[in-house]
Amino acid sequence: MRYAMAIEVNKCVGCGDCVVACQTENNVPMGYSRDWIIEIARGEYPNLFMHFESQRCNHCDDTPCVRTCPTGASHVIEGGIVKVTHDECIGCGACIEACPYDARYFHPDGYVDKCTFCDHRVADGLDPACVSVCPTNCMHFGDLDDPDSEISKLLNSREHYTLLPEAGTAPQIYYLK
Amino acid sequence: MEERLFQTARDIHGLYPHVHIWGGPIAIYLFLGGLAAGILLFATLYYLKGKENEMPFTVKIAPIFTFWIVILGLLLLVYDLHHPLYVLELFTSFRIESPMSWGAWTLAVVSVLSLIWPLSYIDDIEAYLHERGWQKLDWATRMVKTWEHKWIIPRFVIMNFRKYRKPIAYLLLFLSIILGIYTGILLSAFNAHPLWNNSILGPLFLTSGVSTGSAFVMWLSNNKKERKLMSTIDMALIAIELFFIIHMIMGMQAGPEAYKQAAHLFLGGEFTVIFWVIFVGFGLILPFILEGLELGGKHIPPALPAILVLIGGLLFRIIMVAAGQMSEYPF
Ligand code: SF4
Ligand code: SF4
Repeated sequence: MRYAMAIEVNKCVGCGDCVVACQTENNVPMGYSRDWIIEIARGEYPNLFMHFESQRCNHCDDTPCVRTCPTGASHVIEGGIVKVTHDECIGCGACIEACPYDARYFHPDGYVDKCTFCDHRVADGLDPACVSVCPTNCMHFGDLDDPDSEISKLLNSREHYTLLPEAGTAPQIYYLK
Repeated sequence: MEERLFQTARDIHGLYPHVHIWGGPIAIYLFLGGLAAGILLFATLYYLKGKENEMPFTVKIAPIFTFWIVILGLLLLVYDLHHPLYVLELFTSFRIESPMSWGAWTLAVVSVLSLIWPLSYIDDIEAYLHERGWQKLDWATRMVKTWEHKWIIPRFVIMNFRKYRKPIAYLLLFLSIILGIYTGILLSAFNAHPLWNNSILGPLFLTSGVSTGSAFVMWLSNNKKERKLMSTIDMALIAIELFFIIHMIMGMQAGPEAYKQAAHLFLGGEFTVIFWVIFVGFGLILPFILEGLELGGKHIPPALPAILVLIGGLLFRIIMVAAGQMSEYPF
C-alpha cells in the first residue's frame, strides 16, 4: 500500500476550504495550519500564468525528517504515512530542519505537529478531510499500489509534477497539470 | 519570473521567511562540544605518547574542565528543547541514522569518562595546585580523597580507571574525534539546507574544535614548552581550517543553483563581512600571525591569540547555524 494525493492545479480556486477543514478535523491550534495554499505566478508580462497549489507534508518516500529524529517519534506507518508520536517527541527541531517543505512546526504544547493524511479517517475508509471537503473536487487520494485506483489512473494518464524533486525526498503529493 | 504568495495565512513562528528554530544555544552547544573534543584529544594523545609528566597541564589538568564543558553543553541542548519533559526519550533510544541521537550518547559517555579521568590523577593535581600557589583549592582535592578513602564504589572505579588507563585513553581518543566530527555532521545531515549539506563540515568542525582546544591549553598552561607546542599545532590547524573553508565554498560554487546561493551568503550576501573580516580576519589570520610572531621570539601574551581563537570558534558556529537556516531550496 502506498497512499498518495493528486491535485489538479487548474481546478483549484484557492478558496482555502481544505485548510479550514483540516484545522477543524484535527483540532489545529489557532494561528497554525498543517496545509496551506500558495498562489504562483509565472511568465513575463503580458503572458502571465497563475495557479494555486494546496501544499502540505508530502509523505515522502525518502524521509529526511524520520532519519534525523533522535528518538523515533517521527516514523512511517502502513501506507507510507509519516507521523509523529507526541509523547516520544522531545521538541529538538531536527525534523523541522530536515524537511525542505516547511511542513512541520512546533505545536504550542512543545511537540512537533504536521499533516497525518488524516490516517484516522483513512483507516475507516474515508478520504482525508481536505480532500473530502474540496468544492471543486480537485484533490484525489488513494493507493498507488492499486493500478485500478482513481489516483493511479490519473497519474498514468496526465502530466504531473512534484515539489522540489531535486531535494531527493521522493514526495508523494502530485500536482496534475 | 516566478512569484509565490501565500493565499491562506501561515504565519507560524520560526518557519517564515525561512526556518529559524535554532539559535545561540545550539551554536554554543556545538562550540562546547568541539572544545571538549579538542581538550580530550590532546590529553589522551599525549598520555598515550608517554608525555604525562612533560605536559602536566594538557594531560592531567585541562580535562578537569571537560566534564563541566560537556555538562553545560548538554544543559543547553535540553534548554533548547520545546518538549523538554520528554528528554529521557533521547536516552531510551539509539538511532544510528540520527546524528542528534548518537551525538547525545557520545556526549553522555564522554561526560562520565572525563569526570573520572582527572579524579584518577588526584595526587598529581594536588601537587600541581601547590606548584602554582593555589593552595586555596585544596578543599576540592581533599574532598575527592576522602570519598575515595571512605566509599567503596568511587575507590573501586578510580582504582580500575588507573589500572586500565591505557585502553580507556584509546577509547576517549576515539570518542573525542567522534565528538568533534559530530558537531559538524549534526548540521551536514540536513539536506534541506544546502549550506550545511557538504561532507567537509565534519572535518572542518573537528579541526576548528581541536584548534579551540589547543588555544585553551595555550592560554591556561604555565609550562613554556607546552605552550609553544600548542601554539605550533594551532598554527597548523588554522591553516587546515582555512583550506577546508575555501574548499567548502568552492564546492558550493560549483554546485546547483541552491548551493550557489548558499555560497553567495558569504560572497557578497549578508554574512560576507562578519565571516571574512571578523571570523577569518580576527579569529583565524590574526591569531595565526600572533602565534607566529611569538614563536619567532617576540613577546606576545599567549592569552591574546588564544582568546581570539576561542571567540572565533564560537562566532564561526553562530554564523554557520544562522546562515545554514537561511540557505534553503526555493519552492
Ligand atoms: S514533506 Fe517534510 S515532513 Fe513530510 S515526509 Fe517529506 S520531509 Fe518529512
Ligand atoms: S522534534 Fe520531535 S519528531 Fe522532530 S526530530 Fe525531534 S524528537 Fe523527532
